[in-house]
Amino acid sequence: MLRLEGVSAGYGAVTVLRGLSFAAEAGEVTCIMGRNGVGKTTLMRAIMGQIAVSGSVRLGGEELAGLPAHEVPRRGIALVPQGRRLFGPLTVAENLEIGLMTRGKGAVTRDRVLDLFPRLRERLTQVSSTLSGGEQQMLAIARALCLEPKVLLLDEPTEGLQPSMIAAIRQVVLGLKTTGVAVVLVEQRVSAVLDMADRVAFMDHGTVAETVARADLAPGAAQFATWVGV
Amino acid sequence: MGFGPFLLLAVMEGLVSAAVLALTAVGLSLVFGVMRVVNVAHGAFFMLGALVAWFVAGHVAGPPVWGWLAALVVAPLVVGALAALVDISVLKRLNYEPEAVIVATIGVLYILEQAALMSFGPDARPVAAPFTLRLQLPWFGYSGYKLFVVVAACAVLAGVWLLMARTRFGLLMRATQVDRNTARAFGINVDRVYAGTFALGAALAAVAAVLVVPISQVHYLMGADPLLLAFITVIIGGLGSLRGTLVAALVIGLSDGVISMFWSPTLSKIIATLLVALVLVFRPQGLFGAKA
Ligand SMILES: Nc1ncnc2c1ncn2[C@@H]1O[C@H](COP(=O)(O)OP(=O)(O)O)[C@@H](O)[C@H]1O
Ligand SMILES: [Mg+2]
Repeated sequence: MLRLEGVSAGYGAVTVLRGLSFAAEAGEVTCIMGRNGVGKTTLMRAIMGQIAVSGSVRLGGEELAGLPAHEVPRRGIALVPQGRRLFGPLTVAENLEIGLMTRGKGAVTRDRVLDLFPRLRERLTQVSSTLSGGEQQMLAIARALCLEPKVLLLDEPTEGLQPSMIAAIRQVVLGLKTTGVAVVLVEQRVSAVLDMADRVAFMDHGTVAETVARADLAPGAAQFATWVGV
Repeated sequence: MGFGPFLLLAVMEGLVSAAVLALTAVGLSLVFGVMRVVNVAHGAFFMLGALVAWFVAGHVAGPPVWGWLAALVVAPLVVGALAALVDISVLKRLNYEPEAVIVATIGVLYILEQAALMSFGPDARPVAAPFTLRLQLPWFGYSGYKLFVVVAACAVLAGVWLLMARTRFGLLMRATQVDRNTARAFGINVDRVYAGTFALGAALAAVAAVLVVPISQVHYLMGADPLLLAFITVIIGGLGSLRGTLVAALVIGLSDGVISMFWSPTLSKIIATLLVALVLVFRPQGLFGAKA
């Protein structure tokens, strides 16, 4: 579904990704792990076309590298950014509307998304920056789902959330998987990765150092110690 | 004339200044709010709007109202289109770097002023008011057109508010204002939003100019005062806050009317500038601006 080959990218003179290759398949959850500052968020930005990329980023057969950033979500890749990055002064409904404008099937999509997050349905006219942290994260995911994405990128969505919220997000991710979405999940907690992942890509030095199928990973696997340091 | 009627006259004059100022300043505020750039050429767009109004009014036959109405349609379109062109061909290439945009728009200001001087000449020229109704109050007569300017400005401002709050383009502008990268990640063509916002801001200046020319004549340097006052208004109201801009325009316009009438226009400008200095010292984010 999503296939990166030889991707290099960075910020100005600083190169962060160095010839990285990565793939995510439809109906699978692919987790990305790696130490802080290794370039996981940079990888998300590179896929979204927010930073200049050399190499290839393909969705289906189509080359995305070099497209203007606003064309990438139109092709069916949606991002739940690290730190949520909601449109804070806008209402819940308006945040969703931004997603719906670009793709999706209008009211049908909106209803389907709100069925996943009933708490948001009760707060449609609330200014989104006044939501609780967990509700904000739900809105960030809901906003992305309004694009009816083929690929959903989630960058540390459970960071700083309480267990009930984390459980709700888990349900949504596993539900998406069954509908054939390719889910890419940046996640630091080993237990969550073992619970949800179909495959795990470990990042180091600006590349994917090792990709392992879930079946080949045990709770105390050496990869966690080597690549994440836990 | 007694004190009461004199004050009433001063307030009415103040309301007219406030209305024109609000239109000009809202355009500037919108551009700053959404694009985070300062458009020094805003006054030149105002002047250009007046010049187009003069040109159009002179080429439409029949009673003055036809020429004026035509100008009200044509001037914002021409000025808005030119502004969009400036955005695409200059500001976008500068990547909207705030300092670079200030310098570039100073350049645009001089180009427009010199072009106006060369094509239009140094003389001030009148544009006929669309109608010449005179309101006779017990103490003095007052121009019906001036009151119409106040009503028309309120209508246009209400339109801007509806555009921002209720339309798709308004939503795109507000989202882009919050975070342009995230806006892009949701499929918003930020380049297009910027060009539209810049054009809208300039078109509002042009509308203000079309309203003002029957009162104040057209001149190639007429953009300087509105630019200064619009800056003062936007700073006092809080950069990028439309509500603050409106309140500040009302305060500045009214006090300008009253102080000019009772003392002198120069004193009024001095006080306004002093007020800006005070606001910058004690409340740098402006009266209504959010803390940075
Ligand atoms: N906007 C930026 N400008 C310059 N360097 C950046 C920027 N964002 C991140 N970096 C650097 O890029 C590297 C990777 O960061 P990031 O992708 O955020 O890592 P991760 O998400 O894996 O923690 C870090 O060294 C970070 O300091
Ligand atoms: Mg990160």
